[in-house]
Amino acid sequence: MSENGVLCGTFFMNGDVACAEGAISAGCRFFAGYPITPATEVAERMSERLPYVGGVYVQMEDEIASMNAVLGASWTGRKAMTATSGPGFSLMMENLGLGVMLETPCVLANVQRAGPSTGLPTLVGQGDMMQARWGSHGSYEIIALVPSSPQEMFDLTITAFNLSERYRVPVLMMSDEAVGHMSEKVVIPQIAPEELVNRRRPHGGQEQYLPYKPDEDLIPPMAIVGEGYRFHVTGLTHDERGYPAMTAEAQDQLVRRLADKIRLNKKDIIRYEEVEVEDAEVIVCAYGISARIARLAVRQARAEGMRAGLLQLITVWPFAEDRIRELAQQVKAFVVPEINYGQIVLEVERCAAGKANTLLVAHMGGSVHDPQTILQAIKEAVR
Amino acid sequence: MTSTTKVEERTLDSLLRLDRLPHIWCPGCGIGPAVGCFIRAVEDSGLNPDKIALVSGIGCTGRVAGYVKLDSFHTTHGRALPFATGLNLGNPDLNVVVFSGDGDLLAIGGNHLIHAARRNMDMTIICLNNFNYGMTGGQMGPTTPLDARSNTSPYGNIEYPFNVPYLVAASGATYVARWTVLHARQLEWSIAEAMIKPGFSFIEVLGPCPTLYGRMNKQPKGMDTMHHYQEKSVVKNGADPKDVGITAEGPIVVGKFVDIERPTFWEQCKLVIDRAQAKKNE
Repeated sequence: MSENGVLCGTFFMNGDVACAEGAISAGCRFFAGYPITPATEVAERMSERLPYVGGVYVQMEDEIASMNAVLGASWTGRKAMTATSGPGFSLMMENLGLGVMLETPCVLANVQRAGPSTGLPTLVGQGDMMQARWGSHGSYEIIALVPSSPQEMFDLTITAFNLSERYRVPVLMMSDEAVGHMSEKVVIPQIAPEELVNRRRPHGGQEQYLPYKPDEDLIPPMAIVGEGYRFHVTGLTHDERGYPAMTAEAQDQLVRRLADKIRLNKKDIIRYEEVEVEDAEVIVCAYGISARIARLAVRQARAEGMRAGLLQLITVWPFAEDRIRELAQQVKAFVVPEINYGQIVLEVERCAAGKANTLLVAHMGGSVHDPQTILQAIKEAVR
Repeated sequence: MTSTTKVEERTLDSLLRLDRLPHIWCPGCGIGPAVGCFIRAVEDSGLNPDKIALVSGIGCTGRVAGYVKLDSFHTTHGRALPFATGLNLGNPDLNVVVFSGDGDLLAIGGNHLIHAARRNMDMTIICLNNFNYGMTGGQMGPTTPLDARSNTSPYGNIEYPFNVPYLVAASGATYVARWTVLHARQLEWSIAEAMIKPGFSFIEVLGPCPTLYGRMNKQPKGMDTMHHYQEKSVVKNGADPKDVGITAEGPIVVGKFVDIERPTFWEQCKLVIDRAQAKKNE
């Protein structure tokens, strides 16, 4: 452990704990949450570790309150997060939208379990992928990352904070019970200050400051509360001053910018990993724990002489549509294993339309895929 | 009420967003006078306005955040308190004020209210109670008196309302008061006192809603309601909160009901940080 209490070294820890440590390494000093299986360990770790590094843990009365407390804390300049699972994720949707509208940096980890409703609280699911994209009302863009191992829980939590601070948008960590509860080796490096992104601060005087006047990259610099800017922010459609503006023109300008600041920066945001795609005629497009299972299936397919590859999505939102369109020119088919009844497959289908087939390998949750089912789908796709 | 009137010459324009005027509130509405008391209280308190954060929820009173020249947050319906909790814990040096309505704080935000009081969050809550949902057009809510008319209780309200001071006192608030907007001076002092006092301070402010609640309940003008306050209100500082419920027949008991000491949530957080640091140094 380094002097300031931030971990450094090689550890054996579960994904939830790695997520908490990633947050602390990223500079997160505020956590508001509510216990929920299988994300509770994130809160437990934060309640132990945050006071150790001078941060604040608060257990709220529900997930609605947790999300709001995170937003409030972010406006004081703190990096802030919460963690939850399906039912809590649903409760957070209202104020995830407020976070988008107020352009508030923060991180929300969803350790997914199988739903709908209470579903299988202790068992894996990936059924919230579309909710991550569309769960709050209105038109907006969001960033969502999907870790597939405890190491990625650590690494991507740092990435999540960086993207959130950079783009002034809540960033979702769409983990799952299998990744959250598995224990593996996690290497925690000392993170240099220059590896961490901090929100852009106002560059003019206090009198000239307009809370929602964007810079050229469409992102407005952010004042923090208590510094004398005396700014106003509202969940209502607003103009550059942050004042309510109840017109179609103001709505057009704001909603376009909120989406475009993500859309126009897709190249900087989108992350994926490829395994043996160069000559592939079938590509398994997978994310999270399913990508790890898919890796086995692809290896087995290669061993059996099939030209199979893996595209592991690390960001699911924004979606890697350009890359999938490119690959669609080359492959016969995409195989999409998901622990739901077909969500991200719809996006793959949209991008591959007319060029390549798409095969869903659906698994309803409670366990991960049997690699054989993915291998079988690869075989069908090659045929 | 005092019988003498002193005309004051002080401008509080620096605490208002003049570029947002005129405001949206109806003639005779009680919110404007309550905001007036608040900004005078800010001046009375001697607190640095740069360090005050004001948070509102949704509704007519929710619009207060948009008219004060402070760092101000117009959040979502019922969620002002948890948002304010984040502000307070993120920067405990701030003076956090939540200014919102009865429906916002007591119905949709009711759970947040009792828990913020229980934790003794260091913040001041100004709850403008006009007995109905104004912004949506006059529906009954958790403070609407029994038998009162509203656009969703056209046959008379069948629900028993909250006794608000009793609720927040039982939940753990360390300062509880109630005034009407007729009691302008007492309200102003009370807000200043509450803002200076650490811990969860709650002030219920009764204010007229002539356009909706008043019109439907034989008080069609703001002044009608003000006369009603004058006739019915009784100042009883120190009254037991359980005895101050508002009924059709009884008096409107106003005053400061609770003023006690209890560690704030932030003080408790500091204990935790100290314990964790001690462990670190072991």
